[in-house]
Amino acid sequence: MHVLILLLIDVILVVSFRLVTTMGGWNFAHIAIMGVGGYTSALLTTTYLHWSFWLTLPLGGLVAALVALTISYPCLRTKGFYFFLSTFAAGEAMRQAWMRFDFFGGRHGICPVIHPNPILGIDFVGAVPNYYLVLAVTLLSVFVLYRLDRSRIGATVKAINSDEELCESMGINTWGYKALVFVVAAFFAGIAGVLLTHYNGLVNPDGFTVAYCYKIITATIIGGAAGFVGPIIGLVVMTGLTEIFRDLLEWVPLIYGVFIIGVLMFLPGGLVTLPRRTLPLIEKIQMIGKGAVR
Amino acid sequence: MNILELVGLRKQFGELVAVNDIDLRIEEGEIRGLIGPNGSGKTTLFNLISGFTRPTKGKVIWQGHNITGRLPHTIVRKRLARTFQLTTLLKEMTALQNVVMACHLHTRMGLFEQFLRGARTRKKEKAVERKAIGLLETMGMADVKDEIAGELPHGYQRALGIAIVLASEPKLMLLDEPVTGMNPVETKEMMERIKMLRDNGITILLVEHDMKAVMGTCEKITVMNFGKKIAEGSPEEISKNKGVIEAYLGA
Repeated sequence: MHVLILLLIDVILVVSFRLVTTMGGWNFAHIAIMGVGGYTSALLTTTYLHWSFWLTLPLGGLVAALVALTISYPCLRTKGFYFFLSTFAAGEAMRQAWMRFDFFGGRHGICPVIHPNPILGIDFVGAVPNYYLVLAVTLLSVFVLYRLDRSRIGATVKAINSDEELCESMGINTWGYKALVFVVAAFFAGIAGVLLTHYNGLVNPDGFTVAYCYKIITATIIGGAAGFVGPIIGLVVMTGLTEIFRDLLEWVPLIYGVFIIGVLMFLPGGLVTLPRRTLPLIEKIQMIGKGAVR
Repeated sequence: MNILELVGLRKQFGELVAVNDIDLRIEEGEIRGLIGPNGSGKTTLFNLISGFTRPTKGKVIWQGHNITGRLPHTIVRKRLARTFQLTTLLKEMTALQNVVMACHLHTRMGLFEQFLRGARTRKKEKAVERKAIGLLETMGMADVKDEIAGELPHGYQRALGIAIVLASEPKLMLLDEPVTGMNPVETKEMMERIKMLRDNGITILLVEHDMKAVMGTCEKITVMNFGKKIAEGSPEEISKNKGVIEAYLGA
């Protein structure tokens, strides 16, 4: 159950992360932005005010979106390597701020954070109710992001990625669309952060390290960023690998590494391209088999 | 009436003066040719007009309004559109998808409407598609509308570039070398189409290296060299102009 809950939260992360990649950028601040959601909710429900979780769930997303809007101005002016460097710097700056300022609880963060408040007679103490809560939010988020990807907004963003100048000359406000995507992705990352924080019952800077970001990026690469389902498949495969090698925890990063290199070498489009690549091969083998029988 | 007026337009890159105090008046309904040797500043001038480059000095007056320093997409919305020198297309999309994307501008759709995609929105999308097909037809591309843009033959790619610009319903089109790399037959066809667009009320400013094409199509020609305007007049006047001949033959 625990693994499934974390997997579902990660699904929100990879899907929103992929949304930013359709615009052409690898957003290294994604996990930090997730943390913004988590911290917002923790501060509002536990440390300072005693607001309800049900209020801070969307609020965490909104604050994350707001922070993203602020950093979008400098970050979206950069492209390619510079984009990931600038987002990396922005994300690290946020993490350092949580560590240095007592307002955020410093290195130890905020602990304990309340569980989601009871609603409709359901107590969110054990794993099962939390699982259904996370499942519902994840399904909703994935649905919204899927619709967005398939809408004209999604098509426009992909067109901007393919040729920004041309789109500008078509009268498309390229900057506006890029900022929109960045902010929407941040909103969902923030929501994921709120869910994680309240499920764990704590929040601290070590929960949102670069290593977590690598996990999301790896899942996107392994699965394939071109399609909507690719990153989800990648994430499921990676979580599966981690579970299989549970007893060899120190080997897991190495296994990830080998896996990434393998996928990049043999399946540059990611795991989603596996059926398309192997089907002709299987057919060929079958043909040869038939030929041999004759 | 002057539809476009450039007043002392200047662009300096460090020491290099790419466009040197250009004054230019384009009348509504004309086909104007802009010629000059390589590196004479024609494309930079296009970039200044369409907002891709900010001028160092001077003004761009569009239909009586100063549009200097505006962002490209806001200038297109004022119906001043451009093509690019190279085949600039959304290469992974089909020809039709390219034009549909370009129709974006004049389809009023809010972000939420695009997201929710109700029945009315889908109706609008259908209408956009019909319009896009119509535009492809005017460019003689109805048969290849579902081909991937990046895989089309060169002539079709150039025509698609113009269909994309037409989608923004321009009053003035800046065409940057529309017939480069085309054979004589394709060139003739393209020039006929450009004349047809003019007859439909679109003013045209055309940069082109193919002298025969320019001379045969434009009523008036402006010549640039080293960022400066060195001559302006009818094709006959230009072909006899001493300064122009020198510029081209390298005196």
